[in-house]
Amino acid sequence: MTGPFLLLHAADNVLVARRTTPEGTEVALDSAAVRLTRTVPLAHKIARHAIAPGDTILKYGLPIGTATEAIAPGDHVHVHNIRSNYTPTHALQDADGVSAGVAQ
Amino acid sequence: MTLTGYPRADGRKGIRNTVVVAYLVECAHFVASKVVACFPDDDVQLIGFPGCFPNEYAAQMMERLCTHPNVGAVLFVSLGCESFDKVRASNAVAASGRPVKTLVIQKAGGTMSTVEAGRDWVRGALAEIGTQARVPMDVSELIVGTVCGGSDGTSGISGNPAAGRAFDLLVGAGAACIFEETGELIGCEEIMAERAVTPELGQELRAAVQKAERYYATLGYGSFAAGNAAGGLSTIEEKSLGAYVKSGESPISGLIKPGDIPPRGGLYLMDVVPDGDVRFGFPNISDNAEIVEMIASGAHLSLFVTGRGSVVGSAISPVVKICANPDTYRALADDMDVNAGDIIEGLRSIDAVGEEIRDVVLAVAGGQQTRSEAMGHREFILTYKTFAPIGPACLPAA
Repeated sequence: MTGPFLLLHAADNVLVARRTTPEGTEVALDSAAVRLTRTVPLAHKIARHAIAPGDTILKYGLPIGTATEAIAPGDHVHVHNIRSNYTPTHALQDADGVSAGVAQ
Repeated sequence: MTLTGYPRADGRKGIRNTVVVAYLVECAHFVASKVVACFPDDDVQLIGFPGCFPNEYAAQMMERLCTHPNVGAVLFVSLGCESFDKVRASNAVAASGRPVKTLVIQKAGGTMSTVEAGRDWVRGALAEIGTQARVPMDVSELIVGTVCGGSDGTSGISGNPAAGRAFDLLVGAGAACIFEETGELIGCEEIMAERAVTPELGQELRAAVQKAERYYATLGYGSFAAGNAAGGLSTIEEKSLGAYVKSGESPISGLIKPGDIPPRGGLYLMDVVPDGDVRFGFPNISDNAEIVEMIASGAHLSLFVTGRGSVVGSAISPVVKICANPDTYRALADDMDVNAGDIIEGLRSIDAVGEEIRDVVLAVAGGQQTRSEAMGHREFILTYKTFAPIGPACLPAA
């Protein structure tokens, strides 16, 4: 477990931040290095590689939802670009995870 | 490892010897709380049911709680006109061999007279149970629950898998361990069913999660709080996978409902979603409602994993708080018993933290106070629900 992001399972298409990682940080992905376009808070996810709309998002090697739009490598993966395959996520005010009034 | 416990007539043993003061309707809450306030230095705790109208679930929960092995004596405080069947409750406690008394405010002369009578009775009960000796108790006699609350993206990576490892160690030593919140297992039903000791039990586990999904669909939203999203969780199934790992890797021995007591050691799922039509709103309106259900099913103590940070404890059974998030741990260290955030920071392994949790469980069972106990946290909440009895496939014979 080194670096700012964790790969939880070999099949996963997301990585998880093991600490809050600032915008501009260079992250080495399988394909190439990318620079984060925004700060990624602790335990939030980024794309490990390009994800197409309709792709299943895998974490722990298991499905956690479906991509609603194209997601580029290194992009924040959260409620703004994936959806549940069961019940909708109702906490829409936190769509970007850093809404005003929600302490990080 | 041999612990010691307070022997009870039904063969179970308690790790605490608490005097419980239970109000039977909200109108009696204040008087009951004034009785408890007379004993700041003793283990006298307040529980109660706020409703005025009858509910079999609430009646059975109160019975189970008042005959919990951690309870030594019970004082019921009634206003007098509520529907709660105080005779049935009192008879159940008396049959368990515990000192019990019911005070009815309308007959006892009002607030001050009832508080005085309650104080006198509790003083006598404390003297009576204070002479009880502890007897040897094996780890296999323990029931341990686990819940998670204030979850974030760290919960499923550090705190919950470490709690799961502790569960594996405790189940291996013969203890009964209970995990719950079927609404937070949506998406895990198939992998969970494969762990059942029989295919029929697997079908019951699957059905319990499907019931939860239907229930939440009717309510219009799932078990997902704003803080979950802010903490990095994007969907219910992501939250579920993180919550599910706190069950560990043992085979699943049975499915129980609140108040059902595991018949032997092993790992059990508690189905907390009411049966029948959606009538009472959210299945558990707060984490403490889940903890109370664990206790009603005999849990001697509960593991509580949090990422965002929770400060709650519980009446009757100690709560061991495990902090999954290293930033939260630094902010709320006084409230936490275990720092699983070390796993995120690469300082300790899941195995090492799991062993620490097991060791803390044994120390607390042996009398050591948890952080929330020491600070006097005694949260309690009991609501309306309806359950059908579990089916024959839910508890396969050993």
